[in-house]
Amino acid sequence: MPGLGASFGRGGATTAQQDLRDADCIVIVGSSMAEAHPVAFRFVVAARERGARVIHIDPRFSRTSALSDLWVPIRAGSDIALFGGLIRHVLETGRFFREYVAHFTNASCILKEDYRGPDELDGFFSGWQADEGRYDPASWRYEGDDLGRPRRDPSLEHPRCVLQVLRRHYARYTPEMVAAVTGVPEDLFHQVADALTDSSGPERTTALCYSVGWTQHTKGVQLIRSAAVLQLLLGNVGRPGGGVLALRGHASIQGSTDVPTLFDILPGYMPMPRARAEGDSLEEHVGRHRKRTGHWSNLDAYMTSLLRAWYRAGPEAGWGFDLLPRVTRDHSHFSYFVDMADGRVEGLFVLGQNPAVGGQNARLERRALGRLRWLVVRDLVESETAAFWHGSPEVTRGELRPEDIGTEVFLLPAAGHAEKSGTFTNTQRLLQWRRTAVEPPGDCRSEAWFIHQLALRLKARAARSDDPRDAALQALDWWYPADEQGEPEVEAVLAEINGWFVDPAARPDGASHATARDGRPHHGGQVRSYEELEADGSTASGCWIYSGVLGPDGVNRADRREPEGRLGHGWGFAWPGDRRILYNRASARPDGRPWSERKKLVWWDAGAGRWTGDDVPDFPEDKRPDHVPGPDADGMEAIRGDAPFVMHDDGLGWLFAPSGLDDGPLPTHYEPVESPVRNRLYARETNPGISWFPRPDNPVAPPDDPRYPCVLTTYRLTEHHTAGGMSRFLGHLSELQPELFCELSPELAGELGVTTGAWVVLATPRGGVECKALVTRRMRPLQLDGQVVHQVALPFHWGFAGPVRGDVANDLVPLLGDPNVTIHEAKALRCAVVPGRLREGVPMAEALEALRPGLGAPPARLHPDRPARESEAREQHPGGQSEEGQVE
Amino acid sequence: MSTSTNQARHDHVARGTTVGFLTDVSLCIGCKACEVACKEWNQVPAEPACFRGYDNTAALGAATWRHVQFLERDERLGAQVAGPMTGADGEAPFSWLFHSDVCRHCEVAGCLEYCPTGAIVRVETGAVVVQDDVCNGCGYCVVGCPFGVIDRREDPLPGAGGAYKCTFCYDRQKDGLTPACAKACPTESIRFGPLDDLRARAAERAEVLRARGVDEVTVYDPQGTSVGGVHAVSLLVGPPEDYGLPARPEVPLVHQRASWTTAALAGAAAVVVTLGAFRL
Repeated sequence: MPGLGASFGRGGATTAQQDLRDADCIVIVGSSMAEAHPVAFRFVVAARERGARVIHIDPRFSRTSALSDLWVPIRAGSDIALFGGLIRHVLETGRFFREYVAHFTNASCILKEDYRGPDELDGFFSGWQADEGRYDPASWRYEGDDLGRPRRDPSLEHPRCVLQVLRRHYARYTPEMVAAVTGVPEDLFHQVADALTDSSGPERTTALCYSVGWTQHTKGVQLIRSAAVLQLLLGNVGRPGGGVLALRGHASIQGSTDVPTLFDILPGYMPMPRARAEGDSLEEHVGRHRKRTGHWSNLDAYMTSLLRAWYRAGPEAGWGFDLLPRVTRDHSHFSYFVDMADGRVEGLFVLGQNPAVGGQNARLERRALGRLRWLVVRDLVESETAAFWHGSPEVTRGELRPEDIGTEVFLLPAAGHAEKSGTFTNTQRLLQWRRTAVEPPGDCRSEAWFIHQLALRLKARAARSDDPRDAALQALDWWYPADEQGEPEVEAVLAEINGWFVDPAARPDGASHATARDGRPHHGGQVRSYEELEADGSTASGCWIYSGVLGPDGVNRADRREPEGRLGHGWGFAWPGDRRILYNRASARPDGRPWSERKKLVWWDAGAGRWTGDDVPDFPEDKRPDHVPGPDADGMEAIRGDAPFVMHDDGLGWLFAPSGLDDGPLPTHYEPVESPVRNRLYARETNPGISWFPRPDNPVAPPDDPRYPCVLTTYRLTEHHTAGGMSRFLGHLSELQPELFCELSPELAGELGVTTGAWVVLATPRGGVECKALVTRRMRPLQLDGQVVHQVALPFHWGFAGPVRGDVANDLVPLLGDPNVTIHEAKALRCAVVPGRLREGVPMAEALEALRPGLGAPPARLHPDRPARESEAREQHPGGQSEEGQVE
Repeated sequence: MSTSTNQARHDHVARGTTVGFLTDVSLCIGCKACEVACKEWNQVPAEPACFRGYDNTAALGAATWRHVQFLERDERLGAQVAGPMTGADGEAPFSWLFHSDVCRHCEVAGCLEYCPTGAIVRVETGAVVVQDDVCNGCGYCVVGCPFGVIDRREDPLPGAGGAYKCTFCYDRQKDGLTPACAKACPTESIRFGPLDDLRARAAERAEVLRARGVDEVTVYDPQGTSVGGVHAVSLLVGPPEDYGLPARPEVPLVHQRASWTTAALAGAAAVVVTLGAFRL
């Protein structure tokens, strides 16, 4: 989550759903919260009943807009222009929270002389390496290169201080420009701006919620950054009723980045080692990524403790560091599906995922599955991913024949979420334990059982091997106790994630789940928190940020259900250290007193000499607010007493991100790859550094291809769950939304001559889907400086298996990656809308051609920004955090 | 932490408290959790559906005991700003409302009045409940309901007669649980509790909404007609007719009385005419 990570320090929502009740204004953008997060939305409803103003910014008037005070229709993919306009408004009207900004953010930090922004370089930041297709970020750092000790100008007047750079960067984002780019008329823009500024300051706060409507863009990270910059300027971070709430795409997505299913980070947002010609040791790796100042100065302790949890290896092998796989290039979902499509992958395990429906350019991904030798699918039903070889549109359209597909498919029955124990980590970093309610039927088993059994078998094989590549398996410490069914004790896994003292003899007190499967004592006492983790090999922890969830008292805090106070402490466990609102030192003035009685949360108790309040202070408990570090101070000692963002080297909130991002230190408007208009702000159309995957089966429409005049955006319905595996197969949900449809405005429907219920085909250069039309005033044509742009909205849940079926919306989406996290662009595409249906039984190109001549042909020209060759894997930044995968 | 009023245990059945629902349009997000929770708890089977838009279960009936209605209106909702409020040809107000409809559990219930077998009974909390094992599936109740709520299933469930509607989750209530729909409602748009409390809340809520500029608020709690009051009150925006609800619901029996009178008068007139004919 570099959007939040680069801005505030941690890749997680800064606040909790419950805290929305204390907001005076709530902005929901890139999310239909009422539809996709209806339970969280109750806190928005509660806030509104208490007088908060709710603003929904979205291309579609949805069930969220219906309960909002203000709906702002916007052109999909233009949000940075709107937020840039709001940032400019706040800066130029002087409505930013000056004292907060001057002390708590890097507004006063002075940048290098050689930094240049897109305003000067017509769309590029300084450091663009055209031949490599990437940035060299050296010029983005502070003057003097020391991120821990920036030179600052408290008056915020220095021409190279961040605030002044910000002003110049956003100078061109005027309300007129915002209207022309986004379609948001000036009066609506000012209503949003006034609501925000009126509801921010010492007495009031504004919260902002976003979801995958913001992440699924080729600039998704920068979209989130734009919200972070605005919230920092308004002084809304770390305070009650404020913050940025990242609403996750589905259950435990937060958990799957904390304990990642990603290729480039290790648990707790630590960097994965990369293959280096000169070799690499634990010391070198830590030396490369450890920060001198701030919380990441402890990287050595976290890294060593992780290795101690995983491997039985001594210090001579770097506690097992030498056994970790190395990243050789981009191994993201897209890259390995591309490799698969080219026959370079032999086998694939698919757990809790349905890429045949949820994958991007799903046609390409389904064809890729057919190039495997074997495929293991664990699911509740025979999902499209398991059924691709006999049911996919490629088969029914005669493009592929089952007898020509060599993939051996193993479909294994999985236990549902009520049939197994474990944790979910939800949207607000909250770990909640669930217990098995009913035993799974028949041969259905939990994922934990499957992985455990697989590991036992792999380890047994490796034990007999002298191949060096099996050394990691041999050293893997697979100690987990299991029951007579072979189901591992999942609470023992949680105990390991929390961490413990390694030596059972030296530290026996507070041990939990300490007996290994072989009956021997496995470890010593649990650590109380990550502060007890050491770099000397004496401690182990599977994910340092979760430390404290199962401490020496043996209490599984994720399993607690006794909420107290306004933030619900006592219900579950929020990382880190049960803090519900992150960076909450910012809820007090620089001198430690609350900003106001109404908005007090954490403050300095001078008498006791410590921070106190309604939340666990997210700050060294006894660090005085007037602490000024000495010139040689290191680690946390180097963090000032008025610097709440302790994960950053300088303890400041980063309006300007001097490190951590691949596509620029400031959010900048670029058009989506498929856009109906040219970029009005810069000569450069699209975000430089996008991963393009240029392939014949992944074509992209150039800006002026007249065949695709409409904007297409995909979305989710309350009634279905992501790729549908858990909803389309259930009668009570599928009857609520039985068929694929698209939403379009009466104006567009009039031009097409269709009414609600009529068949229409949506086509992009990747293919077509047919669906029913839903004509509604909830979709509005946009006026972009005289040009009318129609938007079409398409839910994505259907597929070719189960009781209710429909075409796969993701067949329309290209494989394209955001430069930071390789997230695709599903929320802003171009499409054609053609009345009628697709002819059955013929290849897709032929069916499109028959519907409208020319539609089935590939684009005549390449997109001007598309690189000629396949993009190389790029070096990631230290602490490279990844956004949620969002492959469903 | 705010705890929903719908999560608490109660003893309304033991005390014989008259209970009800209050369904509040101004808080409904149209999520249909009530529909699904109802069907799951009561084991009501799903029906084959076809696309109509957001509302694909169409109406209350034998297989849908809670039904969420979706209303797109060319009218403004209080002070809400729904996009640019002026279009190419002037004012272009818009709003979208959701209402979770349910059996009204009438004081004088048409279904109960019409039922010839005694299958439909009133329980101690005031709810009107069909006893599956007594119902013979005659269907008189279907025409007896002024709201078109109760309906018959083509293929009755095993051991049941055929007519179905909301049971007010009487089985749950006996165990001190809230009806499934209210329990599942994330925004407390559906409230369950003593009817008097809910009526007071509805009145208070209407005032709050009017003060916010939503002046078309209607508390749908028909009084002074032959149904004699209801146990499921709705807080609506706009007239009840917009939601397919009769402004003055009447038990069809009252019409029947009138038609019997008409028939009797017609019969008498016929006798008179016939006799007159003979006299001539």
